[in-house]
Amino acid sequence: MSPRPGFVLEVDRSTPATLIWHGEGFRLERLPVGSRVVYPPEALSPLEDPDAAIRHALLHPLGDSEPLPALLRPGMRLTIAFDDISLPLPPMRSPDVRQRVIEAVLDMAATAGVDDVVLVAALALHRRMTEDELRHIVGDRVYDAFAPHGLLTQHDAEDPDGMLHLGLTDAGEDVEINRRAATSDLVVYVNIDLVPMDGGHKSVATGLASYRSLRHHHNVRTMQHSRSFMDQHRSELHSSNWRMGRHIAASGVKVFQIETTLNNDTFPDQFRFLQRREWEWSVRDRAGFLAVSKSLERTPERLARSIFQSIRAPHAVTSVQAGEVEAVHTRAAEHLHTQQSVEVAGQTDVLTMGLPYLCPYNVNSVMNPVLVMCLGLGYLFNMYRGKPLVRPGGALIMSHPTPWAFDPVHHPSYIDFFEQVLPETTDPLEIEAKYEEAFATDPWYVHLYRTGHAYHGVHPFYMWYWGAHALQHLGAVIVVGGDRRAVRRLGFKPASGLGDALEMAEDVVGADPSITHLHAPPLLMANVS
Amino acid sequence: MRLVRRPSFPWAAPTWPDGVELAPLERSVGVDYDTAWSRRYGVRVARAALLDWVARPVVRALASPRVDGLDRIEHLDGPAIFAANHASHVDLPLVLSILPPRFRHRTLVGAGADYFFDTRWKGALWSFAIAAIPIERQRVNRRSAEEAGHLLSQGWSMVIFPEGGRTPDGWARPFHPGSAAYLATRSGLPVVPIYLGGTRRILARGSRTLRPGSTRVCVGRPLWPHEHENARRLSTSLEAAVAALADETATDWWSARRRSAAGRTPGLGGPPVGAWRRSWALGDDRPERHRRGSNGKGSRDRWPLAHRGR
Repeated sequence: MSPRPGFVLEVDRSTPATLIWHGEGFRLERLPVGSRVVYPPEALSPLEDPDAAIRHALLHPLGDSEPLPALLRPGMRLTIAFDDISLPLPPMRSPDVRQRVIEAVLDMAATAGVDDVVLVAALALHRRMTEDELRHIVGDRVYDAFAPHGLLTQHDAEDPDGMLHLGLTDAGEDVEINRRAATSDLVVYVNIDLVPMDGGHKSVATGLASYRSLRHHHNVRTMQHSRSFMDQHRSELHSSNWRMGRHIAASGVKVFQIETTLNNDTFPDQFRFLQRREWEWSVRDRAGFLAVSKSLERTPERLARSIFQSIRAPHAVTSVQAGEVEAVHTRAAEHLHTQQSVEVAGQTDVLTMGLPYLCPYNVNSVMNPVLVMCLGLGYLFNMYRGKPLVRPGGALIMSHPTPWAFDPVHHPSYIDFFEQVLPETTDPLEIEAKYEEAFATDPWYVHLYRTGHAYHGVHPFYMWYWGAHALQHLGAVIVVGGDRRAVRRLGFKPASGLGDALEMAEDVVGADPSITHLHAPPLLMANVS
Repeated sequence: MRLVRRPSFPWAAPTWPDGVELAPLERSVGVDYDTAWSRRYGVRVARAALLDWVARPVVRALASPRVDGLDRIEHLDGPAIFAANHASHVDLPLVLSILPPRFRHRTLVGAGADYFFDTRWKGALWSFAIAAIPIERQRVNRRSAEEAGHLLSQGWSMVIFPEGGRTPDGWARPFHPGSAAYLATRSGLPVVPIYLGGTRRILARGSRTLRPGSTRVCVGRPLWPHEHENARRLSTSLEAAVAALADETATDWWSARRRSAAGRTPGLGGPPVGAWRRSWALGDDRPERHRRGSNGKGSRDRWPLAHRGR
């Protein structure tokens, strides 16, 4: 039977309670009769033989690209860049699709006699990965062949010798990317497209760029003019990246793009109830829910976090496309929309969402309050095409414990951002103007980024900007079950329960509001008419 | 006596949202439950015995019904659709127990598919005990409507509660045109309005304790659907007829008739006032636990009487 598309349920008296995520946990909650619940499509059928599909894509590229073997020759400089641990979510079971693709590319490079090969993890300003994390992505075979020789590297945007300025775009944007990539005869970029924002020119223009270059599109103005940044054609973020990508190509850097898409199979079998519609829960699903939720009530926070962080998604590959950047991304985006799109009629007064334990920036660490804001207002709010799910001036209700907790190794600058910046102002424009430069150039943060496993000093600012469009659009943001002090520090309103939150929302949107709940993850993209 | 609390989801199986089409799988519960076996001769005899020898004595002991208006259906020979207001689980056995034998032993009950047929064992229980057939509460379901229409044409009568469920606050909810009225217009059979009073005192929605008490049952004149009758219009007439019977029960037939003729019959839905005043206006229909101090002998006033002077 073919997988069912996503759909919008109207809650009636017969509708069972709805599963709502709440950080490292979840609960069942009855939504008011008449509310809508947007469910994601079921997982598409995976490719039967992903290795064959990868090989086929490399030999039959899209756009005006030649097949990969024709681009490889002895004596050339080949750089293989790949997405970091922020994709996919949760991290997928081994073998990671990047391992499959990289091995296929290396097979062809070996056949062609290419000796000068370097692998670069395209971190941008993300944290450096640990050996285990790298091994998980590229696999032991690749790691053991390249890492001991220093040929498996992680992009360092603050290495003055490791970056190359390629000039300015027509719009005056600095284009500065990884020197090894910029001076290679061929860059093969291996993507996982989890959401439509991923891939395309953003891969190289962001993943291998420096702060000097990134600030041209990672800023408040760009975010406020991206409606949404998941919709390439209405996204200023994409426009800027596309300008940069084309400038990179015009500068002589040849990029062979490989984009893969995954299906919605997000949770392993023992957690399968998390991605099933509640009224279809079998005895096993109900038993699983009860066992997990009751156990979590008695589990210490740290242990619960490590249990969730150990989840490996059974994501399966649904498509592989390779070749010229724009043609590849267009095809990959079509596959993504097939998997994630849900038609939704009209906006809502109140949008509710349960935030899970994970966002792209807290893999193997805690989701701090700034990341809670980013996941809710940055990512999930922006999972739309057309119009936001919630009307202008509407209310957003998020459920998450929002702990006043930070990972000092991964997120040192977040701590200072939360303690020093947010008490002064939560206005993205003011934050950008007054504080960004100091954090971005702070030598201590630069040191931690380059030598430890810390996100760049400017990263919490970007997370805040990620939500700038939502902050501008919404009349109120209410967090259910969060640490009250932390929620207030974010500029949001805390509520003890969903009922209270809905009452509070009525003060903003008026009595008897329309309510829509986003039943994610698994991820979905709302096409709002 | 305490009744067992029904476990809720996720301890129990989830109910199926009305707005979601059932998957074309091998579902054999809900509206897809096959009740044909419950109309076989042997099962009908067993059910008749259960109804006459167990249910009726229990209902008489528990609800002490005072029944008016049965004479209004004396002339009715063929099958009919009995439609009543719904406040309690006591309503159904009460209606079945007061019906004349020619109806009582050949009457089906339209029961909410999501509640009475959500599991196989519940479907079997209610099919046997009350000859229930599953119907959709919130909308017209072609399959269940066709099944019901087919059975009516075979001479079965049917009891339906057109509100779609028990009242949450003591005042009736609007009648769904998609239930009794729809079936009547499709089958051309008469709808018999019935007013039930006092059952909520015995077992209100959400209550787990049975409190024996007295009840009133008032049977109205059958409403025949005209040719090309509109289900919505018939539903409105049906609701008005039940409201007039309620008025008749609370006052007297003549006063109720005059108010009905003048279009001043108090609606079943109660006064359009705040929640506590609606609750207050229920008078004796408030559940026992809400009437402490009155010793159960408080005023019998309910909202319709407050308007009597008009």
